[in-house]
Amino acid sequence: MRRRPVEPLVWLLFSGGGVATALFFPILLFLFGLAFPLGWIEPPGHAHLDAVLGHLLTRIVLLGLCVLGLVHWAHRFRYTLHEGLQLGRVDNQVAIVCYGAAVVGSIAAAYVLLFTG
Amino acid sequence: MTTNRSTSFDVRPPAYRPRMSLWWWLSKWSYLLFVLRELSSVFVAWFVVFLLLFVRAVYQGDDQYQDFLSWAANPFVVLVNVVALAFLLLHTVTWFGLTPQAVPARLRGRPVPSSMVVASQYVGWAAVSAFVFWLVVGW
Repeated sequence: MRRRPVEPLVWLLFSGGGVATALFFPILLFLFGLAFPLGWIEPPGHAHLDAVLGHLLTRIVLLGLCVLGLVHWAHRFRYTLHEGLQLGRVDNQVAIVCYGAAVVGSIAAAYVLLFTG
Repeated sequence: MTTNRSTSFDVRPPAYRPRMSLWWWLSKWSYLLFVLRELSSVFVAWFVVFLLLFVRAVYQGDDQYQDFLSWAANPFVVLVNVVALAFLLLHTVTWFGLTPQAVPARLRGRPVPSSMVVASQYVGWAAVSAFVFWLVVGW
């Protein structure tokens, strides 16, 4: 792989995403993915969630989590394909697909979190 | 840019590139753990998508929120989320374990023992989880 000047920035975002997702994602997935849908814990009422999610601070924090999480995925998955499947020869294409998906996902996250609701 | 083509001044032989099996990571438990750790990122991305679907449903209204909850209760989605939670926990535990190696911490000029760094991250994790639980559930 050739080194590019943006590489340190991507590593920084990757690490930031690693920390942020390690701290926030397990509890969020436990609540919204399992505890509420399966009724282990009474799901909060719509009015309460709408108030929490409508707050500007919540929107910004969630957007940060989404963007960092996506960059974290893109960077790690790129290297997983590189080492695991030995796709070194098509590394440029793999990088474009991974980071491109992260950018598209980030735009979608910004649209949902900042321009709806 | 370097190439493997030799010039009259550069007579190095082409680089030796051993062919590795595509399944090298199955040969050792530590290699498998490494690959599983790296694959946790796929479930990080999955949860970003899931979270955005949830937020969108809440913004759209109570009916869409109830629809989202019943969609999320479908056995296939539950299975994906059970696997995803396992991978997210693997991510958290391995990430905390690697931090002292990546960022050597110092306090008043003295190195902080890595066990302290790891322990403080677990305290932070507990605090974040408790805060999110309180904010969402309300108790």
